Amino acid sequence: MKLFRDRRSTPLWRDEFAIDQADERYVNRRQFSKFLVLTSLGMLVGNVMIAVRSWLRGAPPPLPAAPVATASEIPVGAVKLFNYPTPQDPCILVRVAAERFVAYSQKCTHLSCAVYYEAAEKRLECPCHQGYFSVEDGSVLQGPPPRPLPRVVIEQRGETLVATGIETGARPGGHA
Amino acid sequence: MSAGSRPGSRGPGPALDGALALIAVLLIVQMWLLTAALESDLAGHHEVVWPAAIISAVIFAACGGLYLFVEGLDREAGRPR
Ligand code: FES
Repeated sequence: MKLFRDRRSTPLWRDEFAIDQADERYVNRRQFSKFLVLTSLGMLVGNVMIAVRSWLRGAPPPLPAAPVATASEIPVGAVKLFNYPTPQDPCILVRVAAERFVAYSQKCTHLSCAVYYEAAEKRLECPCHQGYFSVEDGSVLQGPPPRPLPRVVIEQRGETLVATGIETGARPGGHA
Repeated sequence: MSAGSRPGSRGPGPALDGALALIAVLLIVQMWLLTAALESDLAGHHEVVWPAAIISAVIFAACGGLYLFVEGLDREAGRPR
């Protein structure tokens, strides 16, 4: 057995740590970038799944018409709460002028608190985080809500106000 | 001794660092895109989901391209694999 190494041979540390630290770090970073690329593939798969799911679902069936109020029971500037299209969907109907009614989902598009009508400011307000919506088209005026309030389409049939559908996104001027 | 550890030689290390940083930035954009597409889809705005998927594919292609670029440099420099 050899007790002493030949001083001219490769140093002991080189035999025991055959890979340079710098190389090892480099390989680690490269492996990490490979991992990030695979994560990117995962994100792409997620996006495609959302798109395919949305495409397979197709257009939603038209909502049934439902009478929600009579015109005479709501004075100008007053509101009426109703549920549409299911009993779990609270909505708010506002008479903004003698011949003009607008209705929106009452669930704030931020975290679903109930919005109320502030007649003095002529806007719908969410008390949770001071999110304000225009009563004209439901668009966001201020605060954290990311989207306009879904608008309930209201048709006036004689004295009766009838909800006939729900539109998402603000459409200025598109009122009953 | 390999190119990266030779004194005075920087090898493809900086290229990898640059590519890694770019991939990380692209990935953050892609994560935001995924959450935004999901949120819009759930809110009934279905028109945005296909453009989001296409942009996500472009970002993935860019990430993959950057990684292949670094691999190519490694092959040239004979780095450990
Ligand atoms: S829940 Fe309405 S602003 Fe936050």
